[in-house]
Amino acid sequence: MTSVFRRLYFFLIALFLALPLIVVAGVSVNQKQTLAFPPEGFSASWYGEIFSNAEWRNALAASVTLALLSAMLAVAIALPLAWFLWRRVAPWANIFQLLGVAPFTLPPVITALGMLTFWATAGFYGQPWTAVVSHAIFFVTLPLVTLSLGFTSIDRSLVEAAATMGADESAIFRTVVLPLILPYIVSGYAFAFVLSLNEYIVAYMTVGFTMETLPIKIFNALRYGYTPTMASVTVLFVATAAVIFGLVARFGDLPKLLGAMASDEK
Amino acid sequence: MRREPPQNIGDYAPLLFPAAMLTVFFVVPFGTMIAVSFFQRQQGGFYMPAFVFDNYGRFLSAFFGGVLGFSLMLAIAVAICCVVLALPFTYLLTRTARSVQVIWLVALLSVLSLSEVIIGFAWSTLFSRTAGITNVLVALGFMGEAKALTPSFGAVLTGMVYQALPYTVLVLFPALVRLDPTLTEAARTLGASPIKAFFTVVVPALRNTITATLIMVFIFALGSYLLPQLLGRPQHWTLSVLITDQAIYQSNMPFAAAMAVFLVLVTLGLVALTVIAGRRGEAA
Repeated sequence: MTSVFRRLYFFLIALFLALPLIVVAGVSVNQKQTLAFPPEGFSASWYGEIFSNAEWRNALAASVTLALLSAMLAVAIALPLAWFLWRRVAPWANIFQLLGVAPFTLPPVITALGMLTFWATAGFYGQPWTAVVSHAIFFVTLPLVTLSLGFTSIDRSLVEAAATMGADESAIFRTVVLPLILPYIVSGYAFAFVLSLNEYIVAYMTVGFTMETLPIKIFNALRYGYTPTMASVTVLFVATAAVIFGLVARFGDLPKLLGAMASDEK
Repeated sequence: MRREPPQNIGDYAPLLFPAAMLTVFFVVPFGTMIAVSFFQRQQGGFYMPAFVFDNYGRFLSAFFGGVLGFSLMLAIAVAICCVVLALPFTYLLTRTARSVQVIWLVALLSVLSLSEVIIGFAWSTLFSRTAGITNVLVALGFMGEAKALTPSFGAVLTGMVYQALPYTVLVLFPALVRLDPTLTEAARTLGASPIKAFFTVVVPALRNTITATLIMVFIFALGSYLLPQLLGRPQHWTLSVLITDQAIYQSNMPFAAAMAVFLVLVTLGLVALTVIAGRRGEAA
């Protein structure tokens, strides 16, 4: 009885999560420029539109560039911090751990508004690189949490053995710590990348009037004229996220990663 | 290798870059925002340094009170819906095979990472007259003709539950994984049905986790800035929407900043509550 109930409950939750995406996928293959469901005719041209239409292509390029760079910067901030907190006893340095988790815990509009007032005051408002820095700070939580978890899983006796054999600090980091922490760097990067790709409000408030990322472009299309391209981009986004998280699961321990993430967040 | 205190100034070097970045690009912007909340607004969207409480004074209006009340009510409704739906689901999920768990986790993360823009677009399509769910009901003969279900309160609530449900599951997941399976086994041995065991053993054992999760989902829902705008009418706008609206379209930065500061205070108060609830949970 339990297993019947469980199947039914799982099915209903899956249906709820998938339903809007099924409709969007249906809309994305309409033959004409209508948002009809079930689709009228079949055409994959709206997927081609993402790449052939200059506006959508530019938005895609802007989003991917932003996500690649900001995730890199987020990891560059999180890695030395997590390493320091693992290597040293310095309780006051935990304040930076807290600062790293704060932007993600607070409602996003707050980080966005803080960034907007800051860049406007500093006189850099609207420059593309400000979005990279803003996203890196906003998403630094993700690599920070995965890396902190990764460091706690390193056996300290390995490091001690390397030190006994005469390796200095930098050799230990390169030959022992880095290889062990690498999977956590990759998953931290992947989380930050996917979320940055989807992020709207921080990007909108920092560079919304000078640069169009994909979420901004979709939002503008929502207000000024629907097109099935919005649907095909959505499908592309869902597929990208599923592939990236699938890879993280394939090469890492996803349940463990999530088990620690949520308990860290509390 | 033992953890040791930094011996000399050079040992602090790794901290330099992260500390500088977080200070300059998070602490300073935060401070800027607080400062701006006391500034004087001028005509044409500009503002000048001042120290006035006018922006906070506007909170005392009936309109603001209404928006605040609605935001809190909506976030509470979302939190309750999500926890009620997610708790049995997550419990069952932790008792399935690992491979099944991984597939679900990948799916949940994919939905969780979706932009609010995309969730709003997807649900507005699903609730629309031309492409919506009512067409299916018409085809099945349950309804006379297709109609639009958005904008409405139900649409806003559905969209926000959709957005927050994966988050709720992922917050509950670690606590439920750690839940001692012998607890339910004991209950079952003593003759309780699975459903009875769930309500009389699992739920009470997780009382503090549930409280903490409710608060976390509440904060998450409070941050929703687009769904009320895309799926609702202006009377369904929340504080987050209002902040965006004041900052971008009304160009009233000081008022937007004052509302943001207020939202931070509400959030921090709730985080403190979560921590206290968590401490009590550890003590128990």
